[in-house]
Amino acid sequence: MSAYEFVDHSYDVVVVGAGGAGLRATFGLANSGLSVACVTKVFPTRSHTVAAQGGISAALGNMGQDDWRWHMYDTVKGSDWLGDQDAIEFMCKEAPAAILELEHYGLPFSRTEEGKIYQRPFGGMTTQYGTGPAAQRTCAAADRTGHAMLHTLYQQALKHEAQFFIEYFAVDLIMENGECRGVIAIDMSTGTIHRFRAHMVVLATGGYGRAYFSCTSAHTCTGDGGGMVLRAGLPMQDMEFVQFHPTGIYGSGCLITEGARGEGGILRNSKGEAFMERYAPSAKNLASRDVVSRAMTIEIREGRGVGAESDHIFLHLEHLGAKVLHEKLPGISETAKIFAGVDVTKQPIPVLPTVHYNMGGIPTNIHGEVVTLRDGNPDSVVPGLMAVGEAACVSVHGANRLGSNSLLDLVIFGREAARHCAEVVKPGKRHKPLAADAGDLAISRIDRYRNAKGGLKTSQVRLNMQRVMQNHAAVFRTGDSLQEGVEKLDKVIGSFSDVSVSDRGLVWNTDLIETLELDNLLGQAAATINSALNRKESRGAHAREDFPNRDDANWMKHTLSWVNAQGKVSIDTRPVHMYTLTDDVEVVPPKARVY
Amino acid sequence: MNQEANSGVTLSRMRWHCRRGMRELDVLLTRYFETVYPSASAQQQQAFAALLDLQDPVILSYLTGKQDPESADIADVIQQLTRIGA
Repeated sequence: MSAYEFVDHSYDVVVVGAGGAGLRATFGLANSGLSVACVTKVFPTRSHTVAAQGGISAALGNMGQDDWRWHMYDTVKGSDWLGDQDAIEFMCKEAPAAILELEHYGLPFSRTEEGKIYQRPFGGMTTQYGTGPAAQRTCAAADRTGHAMLHTLYQQALKHEAQFFIEYFAVDLIMENGECRGVIAIDMSTGTIHRFRAHMVVLATGGYGRAYFSCTSAHTCTGDGGGMVLRAGLPMQDMEFVQFHPTGIYGSGCLITEGARGEGGILRNSKGEAFMERYAPSAKNLASRDVVSRAMTIEIREGRGVGAESDHIFLHLEHLGAKVLHEKLPGISETAKIFAGVDVTKQPIPVLPTVHYNMGGIPTNIHGEVVTLRDGNPDSVVPGLMAVGEAACVSVHGANRLGSNSLLDLVIFGREAARHCAEVVKPGKRHKPLAADAGDLAISRIDRYRNAKGGLKTSQVRLNMQRVMQNHAAVFRTGDSLQEGVEKLDKVIGSFSDVSVSDRGLVWNTDLIETLELDNLLGQAAATINSALNRKESRGAHAREDFPNRDDANWMKHTLSWVNAQGKVSIDTRPVHMYTLTDDVEVVPPKARVY
Repeated sequence: MNQEANSGVTLSRMRWHCRRGMRELDVLLTRYFETVYPSASAQQQQAFAALLDLQDPVILSYLTGKQDPESADIADVIQQLTRIGA
């Protein structure tokens, strides 16, 4: 171990990750007078939040009557009653103020002619508790909402003198007697190893889409916070709930917008059948994401997929004509040309249901404090540790997230984590000395992988994992196929000890970093597929062919999953919060989720 | 210049900078870096390095033809990127 020396830092709070949630927390912390470091493996404006083009929801009522209680109702229903209603109340109630703050900080929202923030309709957003017309609740900055948000928050954080450690890869938490004391990170540009001491570590590390073969997320989405949490012996929550987008381009995963089906696009199988008519006779190709994804998957499984491997589906737009395509679906022709090599006026686009969002994550309470099940207490706080954004499971999305609620989640809980820290952490408070072995876990892993001389490349092991997850833990789930997947994934995890890393250095050793990322992905893949095998019902994004109905009596509860160093998973549960935070609103009682 | 631009550390750093916030860009930039960059001219290599310094939405708007690059060299790299994705 002596070959490695630490560069030591001390801050009141350290944030890991600089997407929307991490930056909102960093800015809020700095603004409240705490010393804060933000550690991020990519430049802040290159975080995956930049890809969020749709918008951010809030019941501002700029385009007609709206109420945060209606937003709450929609979100609870969207979550298929797995969301915690106290957290959903908090998010929806705080949303208007948080949006106006962003506007104040300089986020250039699109406007109405009267100069108010323009709001557009979005799937699942309604008025009058689902009985009224569609709500116009989603605010956007043209088609660059995510980028505008990152840019605004980064500027604010810099203005308030937050310290950024950019292109630093966080390796492991420093845990001491169940308390988080800081985090270890590699400075990729110099290869030096940094030990950050903090009274609070806030994980804002995003989702783990890359555990699957086909995902819409950027390459950087490897769920590093989740990996760190699992290695710290803490559980992840609701990992079986993975949202799929029906039309990712086969091969690259790049998104074809839902608008393509909205404008008349038709999905066809290898026999040329417009099969959606069989699955959703009235909505057909316009049915919701999960219904369309499931229908496509069944067609492929029953041998009616297209292509040499019969493993995808065709999306036809040719019949719409060049004029409609150009006017109604700008950019689609270019995207299809570049990523599928097809001329959409003449040929169909090859598509496949593609991982889009992870509802599961690190369990937290509404302040962002990480919680675990300890001595029978399902809300036992892990001192010194918080999580926000897609990395966390607070849980506002439950079993299924609504579009434009993810950016809201980032802002609300990033902001609340900062506010809560300001309440519990005293600026400049002295740090106790760290234990003698602080950082050993990180060092031993860096050392092991840097010198790994096995027979398998990191990319091979990663591909094997992604294939297992895509084939066994995607849209189509049965006990048998999941069990088979669990066994195959165990073999992949076993093979990881035979990994080989070619570069023995530490400076810009991207091979090492990708291996550390793969370690993070493998743990979360195991948590996901085992949680899916365990949950014997269908709810939201988790659809079991062998248990087709929601079963509130037995399964209205959160899954907790722990993964040990050998990849073995143990499972327990936490209750869903079927109560609200205040008397301002009543609990939304469970009923069938039909639209 | 070319020797320095292609040293192991510089290449690894550039590989990391092909990591973006959007999958579309990850796919194209990484593929260009692996398949075209090694045999590209010094001028093209410099243009690619300059492209990597731009913001993600700007690169995307070049690729989808919403906006034209200011430099002819970057336009040339964009042209090549649009041909290697499928």
